[in-house]
Amino acid sequence: MISLTSPLETWAHRVPVGWKLAALSGATLMLFSLQSIILQVAALTLALMLYLSAGSLFARSGLKTLRILWPFFAVIVVWHLIEGTPQKGLMIALRLANTVALANFVTMTSRLSDMIDVAAWLLTPFRHIGLKTRALEIAIALVIRFTPLLGRRGAQLIEAWRARSARHPSWRIALPMTVLALDDADHVAEALKARGGIH
Amino acid sequence: MERSVAYIALFAALTAALGLVPQITLAFGVPVTAQSLGIMLCGTVLGARRGFLAVLLFLLLVALGLPLLSGGRGGLGVFASPTAGFLFGFPVAAFVTGLIMERMRSLPLLPIAILASLLGGILVLYLFGVSGMAITLDKSFTEAAALILIFIPGDILKAVIAGVLTAGLARARPGSLLSRPA
Repeated sequence: MISLTSPLETWAHRVPVGWKLAALSGATLMLFSLQSIILQVAALTLALMLYLSAGSLFARSGLKTLRILWPFFAVIVVWHLIEGTPQKGLMIALRLANTVALANFVTMTSRLSDMIDVAAWLLTPFRHIGLKTRALEIAIALVIRFTPLLGRRGAQLIEAWRARSARHPSWRIALPMTVLALDDADHVAEALKARGGIH
Repeated sequence: MERSVAYIALFAALTAALGLVPQITLAFGVPVTAQSLGIMLCGTVLGARRGFLAVLLFLLLVALGLPLLSGGRGGLGVFASPTAGFLFGFPVAAFVTGLIMERMRSLPLLPIAILASLLGGILVLYLFGVSGMAITLDKSFTEAAALILIFIPGDILKAVIAGVLTAGLARARPGSLLSRPA
């Protein structure tokens, strides 16, 4: 499964994930308390420099991930022009671009395995009070393995539909898709048990 | 134990796989994705506790950087975006959906599954989603609600589909409905 980590090695890939997450939390809290447009613009400039410091190719693919925000920018612009408060609208749009850009930067520069290690570390207190986190680790691996499999099953069902009908495939394939998923789950449960179960 | 873990993981994967289903566009031009259908199914099939865990697992993998949200989105950025409220509402929505399924065990399956999906997957989910938009876009709750009410018809459709699917699963694999053990 392809993760959103950038395949381009940058300096930020070598920074420990824990530090990046801590810095991100701090920066996000700060961005929500900054009520000045100049400071928000300064922060956005810093974020852009952060992206550019990792190379122009990296920066370009990073900016692409901000595309999901366009509809919201459009809504904000229209809303605040009608309301006559363009400054406030600009402020909101800047803050939005800032927080999302910084978070995406952390995701793009952190390997999935390192992220899973941090998640496992965050669960340490639960292990100390006697909860078993092994089940979670197995579950993470199962989801990563099964998502592409289910996607492929869905594609096969769509092909089977197309081979038999001139109409477009509809939500009806969701039932066989779910039944197949349940059968897979039963097989996996039996296989886990046969290999000694989850302790 | 093994069966619970496998079911939780598989429903997290199913929620992700439903995000890969191409979005359909309703008559009046509102895009609808199948992902929240997955959230509803987690609740109606797995019940409150397991459904909650399945959705939490799904979100954990999104946060770790897998592009599992509809449209191939993922990573930490989506938790700061205007729709983040919906993400935080996902597990609670599945929990409430599952809770209604469990508490109304004696009533007929199809209408209760639809009702549970409506209350959990729409009412609860939108409470969180609208609050999230109100915070990130700096709007009041009613103003934010006005921006997304247009998605409700699509979600009602999904709640009905979730109910029909749950009833279909009960017929195809009777033992699989963990929310209503026989």
